[in-house]
Amino acid sequence: MADTADLHLKHLRSQSPAQELAPDQQTLELEPLDGADAATKGGRFSRRSFLSGLGATGLLAGAAPLAAAAPAIEPVADESTDTAGSATVTLRINGKDYTLRGLDTRATLLDTLRERVHLTGTKKGCDHGQCGACTVHVNGRRVNSCLSFAVMHEGDEITTIEGLGQPDNLHPMQAAFVEHDGYQCGYCTSGQIMSAVALLKEPIGPTDEDIKSAMAGNICRCGAYTNIVAAVRQVRA
Amino acid sequence: MQTFNYVKATSLDKALAGASAGKFIAGGTTLVDLMKLSVEQPGALVDINLLPLDKIEKLPDGGIRIGALVRNSDLAWNADVKERYAVLSEALLSGASPQLRNMATTGGNLLQRTRCAYFREPSAGTPGGYGCNKRTPGSGCAALDGFHRTHAILGTSDHCIATHPSDMCVAMAALEAVIHVEGPKGKRTIPIGEFHKLPGDTPNIENALEPGELVTYVDLPKPIEGSRSVYLKLRDRASYEFALASAAVVAKVEGGHIRYVRVAMGGVGTKPWRSHEAEAELTGKSADAAIFRKAAEAALAAARPRADNAFKVELAKRCLVRTLKLATA
Repeated sequence: MADTADLHLKHLRSQSPAQELAPDQQTLELEPLDGADAATKGGRFSRRSFLSGLGATGLLAGAAPLAAAAPAIEPVADESTDTAGSATVTLRINGKDYTLRGLDTRATLLDTLRERVHLTGTKKGCDHGQCGACTVHVNGRRVNSCLSFAVMHEGDEITTIEGLGQPDNLHPMQAAFVEHDGYQCGYCTSGQIMSAVALLKEPIGPTDEDIKSAMAGNICRCGAYTNIVAAVRQVRA
Repeated sequence: MQTFNYVKATSLDKALAGASAGKFIAGGTTLVDLMKLSVEQPGALVDINLLPLDKIEKLPDGGIRIGALVRNSDLAWNADVKERYAVLSEALLSGASPQLRNMATTGGNLLQRTRCAYFREPSAGTPGGYGCNKRTPGSGCAALDGFHRTHAILGTSDHCIATHPSDMCVAMAALEAVIHVEGPKGKRTIPIGEFHKLPGDTPNIENALEPGELVTYVDLPKPIEGSRSVYLKLRDRASYEFALASAAVVAKVEGGHIRYVRVAMGGVGTKPWRSHEAEAELTGKSADAAIFRKAAEAALAAARPRADNAFKVELAKRCLVRTLKLATA
């Protein structure tokens, strides 16, 4: 594999520095432009818009915008109009209404949360309902947001990890995950916590085996399972 | 994913009227997954989640009526189902994950599609892709001589050996469920044994639904007085995995003899596999290990294993023997 890696590096080197892009060409367009505009309205930045703008602004921006990144952006509508295969839908997420115009009917709830509403705490893992990283609550029940189209959720109460707690006011399950080190890389963690909070209201048995079985829809590739069970056990107690 | 138009049906009539344009969507756990893989490419989706089909009701004759939109978790945790149809509750809770069970519906589970990896391959059945007669009739079956460790050994044909993946349907086969459908030509009922189709030379036709028909309810008859039911599922890991072999048994034993028995198997058939052969070996006989083994031999007598799934023959027999033991203990 070293050969491949070396080739890969050579490939990269061949582009640099001769083909370096002008600063204004370096912005990663991870989001629709309207979304980026929205993120800067009222002088607020989302963490994503900040990061995707790094190429242009360099590191001069320092840490100040990050400190302002915590508040969620205001719900805003973009200006696209509905055509075949698109719809206008109002989603109620974490107690706030978001009207999304021109939403592609193919957009999953997961992609809509991340790319349109910029609530990126919900993660995309397998995108086929097999890993649980995308777990959110719909009307109080846990579901895989990757296997549902956003247009199907008008009128539903959607709760994401951002709606569960905040850094200065953690949900008891979030605090227990911190206390018991219920993660390593953290990528599956928001899904694990959404599942763990949901199971508190489900009619499952009292044992660790019951916890494991109820958490079976959330895969942790780092293998933090023992600590996750400890965290859930503590909150159930 | 191909673009589609989306309609939310506010009544059954409106849902049926929109049916010709595309497909119904309820939980979406199979359909959305397969749309991402280009296996399903509907031009329109008719969302039926607002229809009033989400209740579990008692029938006057002592049975129950399950609305097509009842979620798998609600059905599994229903007190009456746990008490009187334990095999169904156990089967549901052995399937998928808690999140998926919160989404998946009763009607959708009846229409769950196979996990055959060739069928799920985006280019299967297209020029240059794997052969899949389910995707494109006449394109061949790559599983016959490919990776088929998890494939069916009962009800197969030279055109398709895809396993039916549902646990719920296996329990419903043993419970002799009756499926209510409604469509352009009105209402009708279909016994579960006639709902799913054997692949034969038309593996693309998976069930008895006519175009535009919608599953509305599933009726379960009143349980036989004094009977007991059990679901046992064997798989590669203890949770969140499809069956290699499973068995659903409803049995009533009196004076050491089997007075009533219904046997269905999962993970081994191209459809939820009711075994009349096993039932014939068991009915009226004493509930002992030798009879159970004889019934298991009868259930698998017609098995047509291939190179990689031959282990399922013995696994399924042992699974059935164990389930019979549990149900008659």
